[in-house]
Amino acid sequence: MQLIECPWCGRREETEFHYGGQAHVAYPADPAALTDEEWAHYLFFRDNPKGLFAERWSHSAGCRRWFNAVRDTATYRFHAVYRPDEPRPVSS
Amino acid sequence: MNPLPEHPDVLWRNPEPKRSYDVVIVGAGGHGLATAHYLAKNHGITNVAVLERGWLAGGNMARNTTIIRSNYLWDESAAIYEHALRLWEGLEDDLGYPILFSQRGVLNLAHSLQDVRDSVRRVEANRLNGVDAEWLTPDEVKKVCPIVNTSQEIRYPVLGATYQPRAGIAKHDYVAWGFARRADEAGIDLIQDCEVTGFITDGDRVTGVRTTRGDIATGKVALCAAGHTSVLADQLGLRLPLQSHPLQALVSELLEPVHPTVVMSNAIHVYVSQAHKGELVMGAGIDSYNGYGQRGAFHIIERQMAAAVELFPVFARAHLLRTWGGIVDTTPDASPIVGLTPYANLYLNCGWGTGGFKATPGVGWCMAHTIAHDEPHPYNAPFTLERFVTGALVDEHGAAAVAH
Ligand SMILES: Cc1cc2nc3c(=O)[nH]c(=O)nc-3n(C[C@H](O)[C@H](O)[C@H](O)COP(=O)(O)OP(=O)(O)OC[C@H]3O[C@@H](n4cnc5c(N)ncnc54)[C@H](O)[C@@H]3O)c2cc1C
Ligand SMILES: [Zn+2]
Repeated sequence: MQLIECPWCGRREETEFHYGGQAHVAYPADPAALTDEEWAHYLFFRDNPKGLFAERWSHSAGCRRWFNAVRDTATYRFHAVYRPDEPRPVSS
Repeated sequence: MNPLPEHPDVLWRNPEPKRSYDVVIVGAGGHGLATAHYLAKNHGITNVAVLERGWLAGGNMARNTTIIRSNYLWDESAAIYEHALRLWEGLEDDLGYPILFSQRGVLNLAHSLQDVRDSVRRVEANRLNGVDAEWLTPDEVKKVCPIVNTSQEIRYPVLGATYQPRAGIAKHDYVAWGFARRADEAGIDLIQDCEVTGFITDGDRVTGVRTTRGDIATGKVALCAAGHTSVLADQLGLRLPLQSHPLQALVSELLEPVHPTVVMSNAIHVYVSQAHKGELVMGAGIDSYNGYGQRGAFHIIERQMAAAVELFPVFARAHLLRTWGGIVDTTPDASPIVGLTPYANLYLNCGWGTGGFKATPGVGWCMAHTIAHDEPHPYNAPFTLERFVTGALVDEHGAAAVAH
């Protein structure tokens, strides 16, 4: 079990959090213009990198707010946490 | 119980990679090895290399809990898993090697009225597809597996179970070694310690693979890399609807035979069987986050143990011996992707999630057919990559006996 930092509450145990998958997947700007293929990519296709990944977490047993994190999927280490309205931090 | 196999001097050769092959299979897990075997056996194609970055069958094949069953809901799933189960039933003879396939049956427990309805529906669907299935009451569950706690006083009481008597377990390592031995005998090169790091392409064809042991030219490439398929496909600019997750399992110390069947519970998510040697083998669901680290979080184990002890009070005194994790690739509809790709000679086998061991002979059979004929076998034809665009999903999420 690891500690995850909520931008509002600070460090809490992993069991308080819920995973939300890839971050920054924007709803299509002009939905009616999308082809079936573009819809499929919006609905079903997500990045799956071995390394740094920007993803969503919810502090579901705490403040219940969503936030974003950059986490390394090979080491599971969190490199950054940030609020949903903030851009992805540049990390190495 | 079957005797242990004799120790031969060598199970397979350890050749240097040649500079070119008709077919390159990436990944020497169960699926890659079974594909190699059926390429030789069913299609006479033997100028084949199976490239493995680690050691033979050291990936999920070495880490899985070996449950074999075919009681899936949808026709497409029932067909491919039942094809596999029929092959399992003759596999020891085909491979000339013991695999300790034990058809001890599987119980899938129901804990709520909705579970009961879903389960009875699945039993009927299974029967229509020629898959053996029965609905058992709690008393009948107790007869099949006396150690299950059927008291109605527990938090998630057992309201009944589906039962597939032909389901069971097999010795996963022997399965891999049996396929490997046969493929090697047919002249196929099994090359360990050889990681595929990239591809050489010419238009819509893959003409070679880049590996840690040099470039290898090839006529056809089959990706059988399980949880690492996205990492490989990224090299080709091919985006796939896959998410890789850690999946954990654990075993107890050796115990006397106490558990005669396989018990799975989707609702409280634990599944248990007793290995031939005597360990209780237990699994649970995936860890929620994406990961490639081959380890998972401790709270998953804690929850799974709590569920196990409530369902099997006799386990309370068992000692946990070890835990481990594998990396499984899941798809949005919880069904695999097996077939063609936008590259004319690149074939895909991935997305088996938590449940691909049971498919090993069946998917090897279908992959070999797909490679040999450049078109899918009827059993894998529904499991296309295009289904995510056409919407013809094989949605086993809410439907299969257990979540993946
Ligand atoms: C804990 C756990 C329990 C499970 N329990 C069950 C169960 O009870 N029943 C069931 O049906 N299924 C189960 N599964 C799922 C099953 O193990 C997998 O679906 C199945 O093994 C996947 O196919 P495979 O055997 O070919 O994969 P693997 O054995 O993982 O084979 C893939 C191989 O590809 C290699 N590879 C990856 N990238 C490269 C590269 N770039 N170059 C060269 N080689 C590469 C890997 O090293 C690996 O050996 C379980 C899985 C886990 C982790
Ligand atoms: Zn919070």
